[in-house]
Amino acid sequence: MASLLHQGRASYAFFERNWNLTKRYWGWEVVWLIYNIVNAMSVTYIGAAAQLLPGTKGLKIDPAPLILYLLIGTSVWSYLSVTFEGVTDLISIERWEGTIEHTFMAPISRFTHLVGSCWYAIAHGMLFTFLQLLVVGLFFHVDLSHANYLTAVFMLLIGSISFIGFGIGASVLPLLFTERGSQMSYIIRAILLLVSGVYYPISVLPSWMQSLARISPATYVLSGLRSALLEDRPIWSADIWSCTWPLIIAGVVSVPLGVYIFRLAEQYAKRTGKLKRNG
Amino acid sequence: MAIENMTMHTSLLENVVIDSSKDAIVIDGVSKVFRKSRPLLRWPGKARKKKEEVRAIDNVSLTIKRCEIVGILGANGSGKSTLVRMLSTLLIPDTGSLSIFGYDVVKDERIVQRLINRVSVEASFFKRLSPMENLLYAARLYNMSGAEARVRINEILTRLGIKQSRIKAPLEQMSRGMQQKVAIARAFLTSPIVLLLDEPTTGLDPRSKIDVQKFIHELRDQHDATILLTTHDMEEADMLCERVAIIDEGRIVALGENAELKREVAELMGRAAPVSMHEVFMYYTSSHRITEDDIKRYGSWEKAFEALEAQRKDEDEE
Repeated sequence: MASLLHQGRASYAFFERNWNLTKRYWGWEVVWLIYNIVNAMSVTYIGAAAQLLPGTKGLKIDPAPLILYLLIGTSVWSYLSVTFEGVTDLISIERWEGTIEHTFMAPISRFTHLVGSCWYAIAHGMLFTFLQLLVVGLFFHVDLSHANYLTAVFMLLIGSISFIGFGIGASVLPLLFTERGSQMSYIIRAILLLVSGVYYPISVLPSWMQSLARISPATYVLSGLRSALLEDRPIWSADIWSCTWPLIIAGVVSVPLGVYIFRLAEQYAKRTGKLKRNG
Repeated sequence: MAIENMTMHTSLLENVVIDSSKDAIVIDGVSKVFRKSRPLLRWPGKARKKKEEVRAIDNVSLTIKRCEIVGILGANGSGKSTLVRMLSTLLIPDTGSLSIFGYDVVKDERIVQRLINRVSVEASFFKRLSPMENLLYAARLYNMSGAEARVRINEILTRLGIKQSRIKAPLEQMSRGMQQKVAIARAFLTSPIVLLLDEPTTGLDPRSKIDVQKFIHELRDQHDATILLTTHDMEEADMLCERVAIIDEGRIVALGENAELKREVAELMGRAAPVSMHEVFMYYTSSHRITEDDIKRYGSWEKAFEALEAQRKDEDEE
């Protein structure tokens, strides 16, 4: 019981620390929020312009579903980016600030360390995406008459678990490679953007990219969310179940595997002396 | 708070048995070699470079008794910090073992982490956060409640001469000396029974140095802490430590009580009065052990030291 209380306090320590950092770096938060809003608006305007684009002359296209389709893509991508960055940065920020050794010599389990950082990343990601959605929604007529909100929230929550697992796995990179690790995690994020069907169905991708799409949890979250918000699919429908079970498997496998890989990487870093400040 | 054979009842040390009959720190035949990493990519046809090896610690053994303050003196790159990082569970030794009150730093990592804390040469903080925010984070990691931590943080920082107005301002607005005091407060906050101080007063002004040195003594006298201190400052080592170990190129080249080492070196240098700690250090870390013949040839030990070091530099440059 005492140990649980200790791990709970430690987990909250990461949440509180990250919240304090967010407050102190509020200028950057505003910059990224504006950047993401502008980015989301420019992508969503492609949907609004559907009837004016080359090759569509004479066709009668209803832009509303396309706008919602793209808006879901930009919002999920924003959420995934902020959450993934929050998790992978748990090492690079500490390396940069020089606190990494202090955190790693604290008497807490690595699971507590990782979970503490992850739940802030999720809360931060959700708040960030909500604000983005609120502002972008003001500029477009969004037809949510066929939306099933319960399914949408369910998909986002179940998808978050696998995002965390993948994020923990990716955070190993800055642990192993002091500078290159952060660069590699950006590459991973870029590949996820390309293959996960953020702005288009994955069927347009070459077959080898579609294979990558099948192992990206974002693919299933996006597909499930679109079914929920565009087609009013309930949680128990076949369409949603086809997205849910891969996410359950990904969550169950990726989180313990991510923590296990992290633990191995930590041992390696402690043997080779890579657990030190940089910057 | 004396630590006898008992189960500690502080929240952090719950169920940790400290056997006071055991030595506080035991370092037994420890070695550590670092291999410089090679680039991930290389041009086709270009031969793969062999990994460069640096022997940071070479078969070091040292025992420190409970409540002792022991200093490790060494030049930059001599292996002092590597040794402290191994005791801090941040580095795994290649060979040998290290233990804190009988708990192995590798096998019993989590227990050891509850017993120790460390101050490193760089005050490692989230610089945009205030001392209160940084220390609150540290306190929670060490199982303190927010309310208890706030009271203790205010007490310790005030004791170290940090003004109330500074406690909630970003650390980046503080001088290096002030930041180092906050680092020391962070280590003291958790009342460690073994405190590892890695050049804690480097860069501090004389007044801050004295404040910190007083606090170190207080911690040992009032909290029964065992302290391992690494430093470049010979006067500080002489004043704070009961024993010192001199480390050079990863090996301990001298170990003993301060007075004993001074007497020994004075005898070796042919002097009647004891030498200073500075001279003890220079004697043991000189690249060429100065003999009676050298002293005769150059006139004094200092002149022999200067001449032989200059000769070594010339040889290195060639």
